Amino acid sequence: MSRVNDHHTETTDTDGGGAAGASAGVVPEGSVAVRARQGGGSPGRTPGKGDRGNRSGRTGSRRAASGTSPLVSGGWTPWLYLAPALVVLGGLLVYPIYQLGLISFFQYTQAQVSGGEPATFEGFGNYAELFGDPQFWQVLLATVLFAAACVVSTLAVGCALAVLLTRVRAVPRLALMLAALGAWATPAVTGSTVWLFLFDPDFGPVNRMLGLGDHSWTYGRLSAFFLVLLEVVWCSFPFVMVTVYAGIRAVPGEVLEAASLDGASQWRIWRSVLAPMLRPILVVVTIQSVIWDFKVFTQIYVMTNGGGIAGQNLVLNVYAYQQAFASSQYGLGSAIGVVMLLILLAVTSVYLRLLRRQGEEL
Amino acid sequence: MKLSVRFAGLTALAALVATGCAPQTSSNSSPDKDEKTGTLRVWLFQEVGNAPKQKVVDSVVAGFEKAHKGTKVEVEYIPIDTRAQRVKAAFNDPASAPDVMEYGNTDTAGYVKDGGLLDVTEEFGDWSEAKDTDPTARQSVTVDGKLYGAPFYVGVRALYYRTDVFRELGLSVPETMDELASTARAIRAAKPELYGLVVGGAYTYGAMPFVWANGGEIASGKGGSYASGIDSPQARKGIKAYTSLFGDDNCPAAKCAGMGGNDTVSAFAAGKAGMAIGGDFSHTAVEAGKVKGKYAVVPLPGVKSGSIAPAFAGGNNIGVLKSTSHRTLAVQLMEQLASKKTQGELFEAMGFLPTFTDVRQQVARQEPFVKPFVRTLSAGTKFVPASPAWAQIDSSLVLPTMFQEVISGKKDVAQASEDAAKKMNTAFGSAG
Repeated sequence: MSRVNDHHTETTDTDGGGAAGASAGVVPEGSVAVRARQGGGSPGRTPGKGDRGNRSGRTGSRRAASGTSPLVSGGWTPWLYLAPALVVLGGLLVYPIYQLGLISFFQYTQAQVSGGEPATFEGFGNYAELFGDPQFWQVLLATVLFAAACVVSTLAVGCALAVLLTRVRAVPRLALMLAALGAWATPAVTGSTVWLFLFDPDFGPVNRMLGLGDHSWTYGRLSAFFLVLLEVVWCSFPFVMVTVYAGIRAVPGEVLEAASLDGASQWRIWRSVLAPMLRPILVVVTIQSVIWDFKVFTQIYVMTNGGGIAGQNLVLNVYAYQQAFASSQYGLGSAIGVVMLLILLAVTSVYLRLLRRQGEEL
Repeated sequence: MKLSVRFAGLTALAALVATGCAPQTSSNSSPDKDEKTGTLRVWLFQEVGNAPKQKVVDSVVAGFEKAHKGTKVEVEYIPIDTRAQRVKAAFNDPASAPDVMEYGNTDTAGYVKDGGLLDVTEEFGDWSEAKDTDPTARQSVTVDGKLYGAPFYVGVRALYYRTDVFRELGLSVPETMDELASTARAIRAAKPELYGLVVGGAYTYGAMPFVWANGGEIASGKGGSYASGIDSPQARKGIKAYTSLFGDDNCPAAKCAGMGGNDTVSAFAAGKAGMAIGGDFSHTAVEAGKVKGKYAVVPLPGVKSGSIAPAFAGGNNIGVLKSTSHRTLAVQLMEQLASKKTQGELFEAMGFLPTFTDVRQQVARQEPFVKPFVRTLSAGTKFVPASPAWAQIDSSLVLPTMFQEVISGKKDVAQASEDAAKKMNTAFGSAG
């Protein structure tokens, strides 16, 4: 089995690295060609280095033909081409992160911004204040667990519906697509308000249908988190569904056919054929979901009225808003931002590393 | 990607090693200029149904422009929801800031600390109308003994009750806080579909009168040295009185713990409650609801019979920004906008309660519905601590959290109030 697995992984890998994932598999010959190319190359390299070596080799030979200085060809030319993108990335990503980090070391409130008082260097003062607050640790734990639950549910629902989409006829497919796109297009505030109304103890249809009387969904900690989870899944599964659906459509039909001829069950097909082939796509949607769900703000803020009864439903972003940004304590807020950034970087890099250890090249 | 991350880390590190570079600040000092002509920019809040307000303001502006040749006044109405961002931006960038602005009175101390508001103590003292300003309203523009604006209007809460329900059940209007609780339970017992007195765990300004009536305080002190008083025995008595109203015999915790002020007023307006604590500004909402013509308003009773529980004096002020280059003109315009005449007209147009005691008496004679609110105001009102820390205490929900902890049974009154006091003192300590 593991051999089959490897085989598929290689195919998808080249899809991701070379031709745009979707187009590669549409025509059956595509995959053959890809496989052929893969064979021609050197298998088993780390992707980044290999790619770069390949590319510079190509540019080198071209340059040799046109007769430019070998010094320039040494490695500056790619940077020249990359420069515009790097400048934009630097301006939009690096500089703000640098500012975030810088501000987190200062006593920096509205009074400092508007010049009422000078900004004073605090060292790790903001971090000490943050880590010294027992509530921060509770909130952090709740955020991690909540985000994990959201990611798992979103991926499960999104993938299941994506598979369903490939199985149904055109009309129900269109209906499902439209419903999903509707959920996708709904602004978070609107979606949250509507969900809240659906579960309203006095006027909501859910309680009436389930015969729960005037049961309040937002009073208990878990039930409030569950309600928010439903909304988060509802508004983020369409992205997963559409992306995975596109991925499934790009899988050559005969592979699936072969699997079912071999007697594989639906679940087996998903686990052993589709999922490995869709791995690059699943990686992207997983990381996206992790980042989104870790940063949930609107849903919690709207649905639990700013963090629930006595702050029981606070997540890190809402906590940051209440403790810091709403009262203009930008220094403390930035410290929370840095902590979140580090956590997200750690989670995604661990995730990527785990995948790589499984023999997956991204 | 990896390289750029490492590069960014290095840059940040290098920058931090050289701590000479601090984040950006703007220089917000008052310019020496005091121009006598030119354009004055004014920011006022955009109310729901703003047209009548605009009409009153337009006439003030027209009069002002006529009286001051070569002066133009530009009024902009800013949305209340995003005012914090707008005001912060104005403080950060004096060039685009207005000269005169309306602001919520709980924001006063914070704005002063931010260095945004102009000290107008002298001008306010010279202003002929200022002597009739009611003391609490005056307190709401005062920080450390200096005045930073003119009160524009006040808002205060009182007890709304259902006349039809009271008549049907043979109840009389409660005279004390204990009677209030027993009346509320009697209503709920006879009519389980109604809340007796609808209360909210996140309704700070509905809860505080209970604390104040029992002799408690949010905090005491002056200037830079506030200390929380929320864990005093009196305050705890008040917290206990308020939180005991949450329960199946009045307002079930599961539904009421999360409610805020607007939720309680909506519940009353929809006919789901026998009583509610609502403001003069809630009048329109209640009139628009099912209970129109079936309710009356009295001041919220205090602990002793015949007394009135101190209410929170909310409302807005008009201030001049420090960065104005038209100091004299801006102060004059502020006085015009907050004058007795304008406030009288604004009451007629918008129902805003005037901040001058004499004007208030006058409007109470014209409009009977404001009488209980004016009586509440005359009985003495309370205000939040004039400390910049209040913004932080307010936005980090210290008081609602305390009430909700007790209501949901997570903590007892002593523990919850002690924790809240600790949080408040930390805030007072760090914000000064």
